[in-house]
Amino acid sequence: MPTFEYAPAPESSAIVDIQPSYGLFIDGEMVDPIDGSRFKTVNPATEEVLSEVAAAGPRDVDRAVTAARAAYQSTWSQLPGRERGKYLFRLARLVQERARELAVLESIDNGKPIRESRDVDLPLVAAHFFYYAGWADKLGYAGVGPDPRPLGVAAQVIPWNFPLLMLAWKIAPALAAGNTVVLKPAETTPLTALAFADICRQADLPPGVANILTGAGETGQALVEHPGVDKVAFTGSTEVGRAIARSVAGSRKKVTLELGGKAANVVFDDAPIDQAVEGIVNGIFFNQGHVCCAGSRLLVQESIADELLDRLKRRLATLRLGDPLDKNTDIGAINSSAQLDRIRELSHAGELEGAERWSPPCDLPDRGWWFPPTVFTGVTQAHRIAREEIFGPVLSVLTFRTPAEALEKANNTPYGLSAGVWTDKGSRILWMAQRLRAGVVWANTFNRFDPTSPFGGYKESGYGREGGRHGLEAYLDV
Amino acid sequence: MSDPAPSERLAVRKTYKLYVGGAFPRSESGRTYEVTGHDGAFLANAALASRKDARDAVVAARKAFPGWSSATAYNRGQVLYRVAEVLEGRRDQFAADVAAAEGVGPADAAGIVDAAIDRWVWYAGWSDKVHQVRGSSNPVAGPYFDFSVPEPTGVVAVVAPASPLLGLVSVLAPVIVTGNTCVVVADRRAPLPAVTLAEVLATSDVPGGVVNLLTGDATEVAPWLASHMDVNALDLAGVVDADLAADLERSAAENLKRVVRPPDAGHDWAADPGLGRMTAFLETKTVWHPVGV
Repeated sequence: MPTFEYAPAPESSAIVDIQPSYGLFIDGEMVDPIDGSRFKTVNPATEEVLSEVAAAGPRDVDRAVTAARAAYQSTWSQLPGRERGKYLFRLARLVQERARELAVLESIDNGKPIRESRDVDLPLVAAHFFYYAGWADKLGYAGVGPDPRPLGVAAQVIPWNFPLLMLAWKIAPALAAGNTVVLKPAETTPLTALAFADICRQADLPPGVANILTGAGETGQALVEHPGVDKVAFTGSTEVGRAIARSVAGSRKKVTLELGGKAANVVFDDAPIDQAVEGIVNGIFFNQGHVCCAGSRLLVQESIADELLDRLKRRLATLRLGDPLDKNTDIGAINSSAQLDRIRELSHAGELEGAERWSPPCDLPDRGWWFPPTVFTGVTQAHRIAREEIFGPVLSVLTFRTPAEALEKANNTPYGLSAGVWTDKGSRILWMAQRLRAGVVWANTFNRFDPTSPFGGYKESGYGREGGRHGLEAYLDV
Repeated sequence: MSDPAPSERLAVRKTYKLYVGGAFPRSESGRTYEVTGHDGAFLANAALASRKDARDAVVAARKAFPGWSSATAYNRGQVLYRVAEVLEGRRDQFAADVAAAEGVGPADAAGIVDAAIDRWVWYAGWSDKVHQVRGSSNPVAGPYFDFSVPEPTGVVAVVAPASPLLGLVSVLAPVIVTGNTCVVVADRRAPLPAVTLAEVLATSDVPGGVVNLLTGDATEVAPWLASHMDVNALDLAGVVDADLAADLERSAAENLKRVVRPPDAGHDWAADPGLGRMTAFLETKTVWHPVGV
């Protein structure tokens, strides 16, 4: 069969205008930090410095929380839900209008393929604002209680894997419910959040309703520990989630945590195998595997394991790794050198512990941070690569013989965020779905998201839900 | 405790023990403590539960979880309603227990017992309704069938409040009606209504291990439950000391337990409870499936 070479098909970056430096977005204005420092944000595909951003210090945090409190009391909580909703509709429309710019910016700052930021992240960002906009004047009908009220000021800390999408998951329900927010984007991906600050300006959102503080872990810690905060919402690692749960102990802050995962993707012998292969690829190689709900443990029924792995490897050989802005790219850059180190370390541990490592032939660019799609076979449940979240394009393959064994292995983890099931038998799907201890079960599909669909974890994957009316309740005093 | 008159029958007193895995063991530590009534009179020696008792109780609760959580909602509702029936049959005994513990008159004690029984019936009825109220069908923007259902969190550790019957029922029923199993630490000062309730549970079709009841000192036992890695959630209803509550919440963070903080001082256990105590110990599971031919 002839192979066809792809010509480069880069999306133009001319649509974005990255400033050499950014301040903090507090009380409706971009301001210089009072006691913060500055750090650089880098394009992970080239290691080029993109811009210099502020790391908010404790006094900056205090200033932002004070602004959010004032806006809550004087403006936002006084506004009829109908009017809050209209602001959110405006935000949704502005996101749509600037979707291409935001997608390109996201790919530049994060390293994810433009195909994903353009076709997945941005449409979902707009959809979230649209969905929650409509709730703002219907809170009493949400079925969460007879008289739901906003909580006050929400402190929101989000990760680098879906920067703008996580911002939307946090800000849209919070504002719809009548809260004001102070949001800290991840250290390595601040640019789309800063672009969102400009969208708030265009929307004429009242000053202080949404505040954006860039910075690293210390900024996030100062924010969630600030006594003026009524609600803490965090998406990120289980380790940091634990620290946050400890730090709010004894307070009256309401907390939702969306943390790590080690999802099982279970393939039975009667599964539609081509679809399953696509689902496995989507499950672990979507967004370079930087997905908390990634299907990082493939559990395949023994009788079809060889055939499935052959097909999977053939498929992986067709994945294109490289320039995130190229429209044909499937696998982009690893977001940071620290994350690349972690992926390398765990993959090395996988080899040391005796699992067999495989990657397709794959040229890595000379500059930037890259990791080839990788599959480990012969993995046991004791291996670190079967227990620890790698957060990279690394799949651990285990086998099983019976549904009961599949279930036991799938649930054998302290995490419980998501799971996948592949089988043609409806009763078996429902049997598995009932018994998997995970917040989201994808049956004959994987990594689907929608603003109407509650998402969140069991066990050490955190608590609270985002999406749907459950996600609204997380921002209401019921 | 004056000597009875020669013609008066000497009462047969009850030994109040723990309730673990459907049985009534003494504390493995061999310890007891004196329980007195509101007037200071001796009532009984209750078991003083130890760390080991707490761990045994967690094991029993975990063992009971698969069966209880997968029982049909109709079945759980029937079992809980049965508990209310047996409670009703023991109204006088509970009224006497409550009167001794809380120092209230017979009429008030009877009123508290009636409220507790009615509270139990209220929760029993939720077993096959909470899914419809808390679940949802989600209209996702794509060819998928998508729905969300509530599921029990797992093993819940409960520090029961000082209201020894109505408060206890108000924290226990919402935990188990949805399919959780639990370890309850009874109020230290007035544990006897709780032990009597355990006798009711043991004789009304509640599977052993679904409810495990420890008497003793929450300040001693609760830290072990809060830090236990096989406990999924923690209800601090009866923790009055704010520092202890914060310590327990910090311990609970180790495995991300769901924590219900203590209610405000002077909480009225007779008030409409709302859904909060049930939803606090429910997870939401969302299931997706493609639609196609």
